[in-house]
Amino acid sequence: MARAVTTRHKITATTAAWVVAFLIFFPILYTILTSFKTEAEAIAGVSLIPSGTFENYVEVQSQRDYFKPFANSVIISVGSTLIALLIGIPAAWSMAFSPTRRTKDVLMWMLSTKMMPAVGVLVPMYLLFRDTGLLDTTSGLTMVLTLINLPIVIWMLYTYFREIPGEILEAARMDGASLFNEIVYVLTPMAVPGIASTMLLNIILAWNEAFWTIRLSAANAAPLTAFIASFSSPQGLFWAKLSAASTLAIAPILIMGWFSQKQLVRGLTFGAVK
Amino acid sequence: MATRQTRALARIMIAPSVILLLIWMIVPLAMTLYFSFQNYNLLNPTNVSFAGLFNYKYFYTDPAFFQSIWNTLLLVGGVLLITVVGGILLALLLDQPIFGQGIVRILVISPFFVMPPVAALVWKNMLMHPGYGVFADIARFFGFQPVDWFAQYPLFSIVLIVAWQWLPFATLILLTALQSLDIEQREAAEMDGANFLNRFWYLTLPHLARAITVVILIQTIFLLAVYAEILVTTNGGPGYASTNLAFLIYRTALLGFDVGGASAGGVIAVILANFVAIFLMRAVGRNLDR
Amino acid sequence: MGSITLNKVNKSFGATMVIPEIDLQIDDGEFVVFVGPSGCGKSTLLRLIAGLEDTSSGHITIDGRDVTAEAPAKRGLAMVFQSYALYPHMSVYNNIAFPLKMAGEDKGVIDKKVRDAARILNLTDYLERRPSQLSGGQRQRVAIGRAIVRQPKAFLFDEPLSNLDAALRGTMRLEISELHHQLATTMIYVTHDQVEAMTMADKIVVLNAGRIEQVGSPMDLYRSPRNLFVAGFIGSPRMNFVGGDTAKKLGADTIGVRPEHIEISRTSGEWPGTIGVTEHLGSDTFLHVHSDVAGTITARTSGEFDLHHGEHVFLTPNRGRIHRFDAEGAAIN
Repeated sequence: MARAVTTRHKITATTAAWVVAFLIFFPILYTILTSFKTEAEAIAGVSLIPSGTFENYVEVQSQRDYFKPFANSVIISVGSTLIALLIGIPAAWSMAFSPTRRTKDVLMWMLSTKMMPAVGVLVPMYLLFRDTGLLDTTSGLTMVLTLINLPIVIWMLYTYFREIPGEILEAARMDGASLFNEIVYVLTPMAVPGIASTMLLNIILAWNEAFWTIRLSAANAAPLTAFIASFSSPQGLFWAKLSAASTLAIAPILIMGWFSQKQLVRGLTFGAVK
Repeated sequence: MATRQTRALARIMIAPSVILLLIWMIVPLAMTLYFSFQNYNLLNPTNVSFAGLFNYKYFYTDPAFFQSIWNTLLLVGGVLLITVVGGILLALLLDQPIFGQGIVRILVISPFFVMPPVAALVWKNMLMHPGYGVFADIARFFGFQPVDWFAQYPLFSIVLIVAWQWLPFATLILLTALQSLDIEQREAAEMDGANFLNRFWYLTLPHLARAITVVILIQTIFLLAVYAEILVTTNGGPGYASTNLAFLIYRTALLGFDVGGASAGGVIAVILANFVAIFLMRAVGRNLDR
Repeated sequence: MGSITLNKVNKSFGATMVIPEIDLQIDDGEFVVFVGPSGCGKSTLLRLIAGLEDTSSGHITIDGRDVTAEAPAKRGLAMVFQSYALYPHMSVYNNIAFPLKMAGEDKGVIDKKVRDAARILNLTDYLERRPSQLSGGQRQRVAIGRAIVRQPKAFLFDEPLSNLDAALRGTMRLEISELHHQLATTMIYVTHDQVEAMTMADKIVVLNAGRIEQVGSPMDLYRSPRNLFVAGFIGSPRMNFVGGDTAKKLGADTIGVRPEHIEISRTSGEWPGTIGVTEHLGSDTFLHVHSDVAGTITARTSGEFDLHHGEHVFLTPNRGRIHRFDAEGAAIN
């Protein structure tokens, strides 16, 4: 087969790819379509053409008991991300720019804490939270999410910081910049894209976390994960509405995810794949 | 790059992270270990006594325990099989010249970003439901009886759902690795007379070996902890047919209120995960040396 | 202004002693080149002077003031890095203005100085561009501009031309030398390229494994190399070295003679041999001659000489231009 790509090859590949992509995306597509159907339509049979009604969304929006989990998801995802960045940026900074012989070991140890199975510490965490009043609070959930994602945050920031050429920081030093100036005028602007990418990935991971957010929450602090999980056996009567709720629950993260493919590879393979 | 001035500051900056993660690591695990040697049931919280290895023995002799271990292995193995093989095939496909590459990629990676409860619900009610589901409709169209997936094949159904969610991850990683294959190597192989299959077997697959290993290791870590999908669909049933170790521990703790037993299970789960983690850290460590 | 002294400066990284002990004097206004093979410590030495690395022991004085413990910014030096190290998120204007901004200068003063530097370096049209939109040579000039505005006591250049292609390197070499004449400021220049060293320097410091082999003007080093290392490092193509009996006959363990100091004849001469590879550069031709008496010798002749692979020739070294070295490699005189 010569390097020249035949059109026929391209068309075959394109067809195959689109078919496979459609099949993979189908469940999501179908959910979105169903959210625009009436309840009667939803159980009537497979149909790719909804009647285009917004009544489900209207109903979901108007119900206060949807708004609360949504708000909780936002609070704990964004909150845990911000705290993780607050703690993680200095740590990654120091490991990237003042590495010692132990830096690599510390980094690996941090990553290893992510590998501990959550269920292994379910019992003490549940009891601790219960006895300290953290059970079913957004602060409690935020704390846990911060801790489980901190290793990834530090790891990603570390890789981004390392990509900043050391010579540029030295140039700043030669140019008379104090440490503070060096950070404010040179390091931070160059680090912002990396920090933004890390933030994106972390919000995604926190939003989708479906163990601690379910087990350590109840009516008050339940985020969308717990809320949706509580509908594990809906009657078909609610299906269109549930589709609307699901679509709303996954839409923001889906869109964020489309923009974070590269970050995903970087953040979740711990650098073992380039 | 470090001068005297920055070294002391560096240590202060890393301290909060290290301290927090240290506490997060040690305290809950220590408590789990402690509880695993106690008779402690939440229904009778004042009656706590030392139990020695009783909890471990109980777990070990509980038929549900072995079933859950077996289910865990099946679950992890099944998902790995589907995602690695599927991932390689998809990566090869997406590496071809395609019209609308960007959109295809977006569609293919989407399942990974759907939160597990939603994924489980959608599959359970929209696709696999024997009454209203898409699969049922397709079966009826061809004149077959619809399959009641979660009653007849509970674990398999869960494998499908989880595999659907993780296929994008494997595909993305393998595609990234595939695209790092030097195009000149490919051309040299062509000049040496290798056809597509030859090139795949002798060139592509060895190159992907590293990435495949990483995918397997990382996915295993996460797959050992599958929980929400089971909770939302079968609740571990029928019986213990779709209960994995994680779910069993949850049931023991919060449905059976058996703190001691659940803690013993937790210790076992941690040991299992550590086993895999050792291999993963070696792969990561090698890369950090570069 | 701009005289620098190194007094018993020593640098170790952990257990490895990169620079054993160096004494060096650089006078105000000199163009000094640190030259040597990779890993000889020339960049380390430059960074010690800059303050980007701390000395393990010894003192560095600038204009009589001991700066050994001082931070880079306080030493009044400016550095041009090999990779230019421009701030990618700032325009050319802001890159050049940055050091002045750090010094807290007034906006009007900054503007004047930046525009002056831009004029000298032909950057006026590019002031609003980002570094990514510039060519290699332009980036180089921005880096120099950033150094100039500080009006430093001395400029430090760390292999600034390595990343440029050959043609551009030639042009920039001239520009930097021209700049030196214009500003009359001390310049310390690090390179592994002995051509750059020879063409640009007032004084060359040849380094090997952290030690100074020789300090002198280009022609000093060319005419009177103190040892085998310097003799073999300076001059391109390399000096020919011959040992054995041929050397003993002339009273040395090794003798050296440069390719340009050898007479070639088809008919007669001291060392008979067969021509191997011939390199025709147009202006010169270099012959690699295999001789039993003296090993493989490179000899230079002017371009028009018609000699081919396999022919027999005779080589005669110019007596007055033979360098003699003893068993330790030191020059005998």
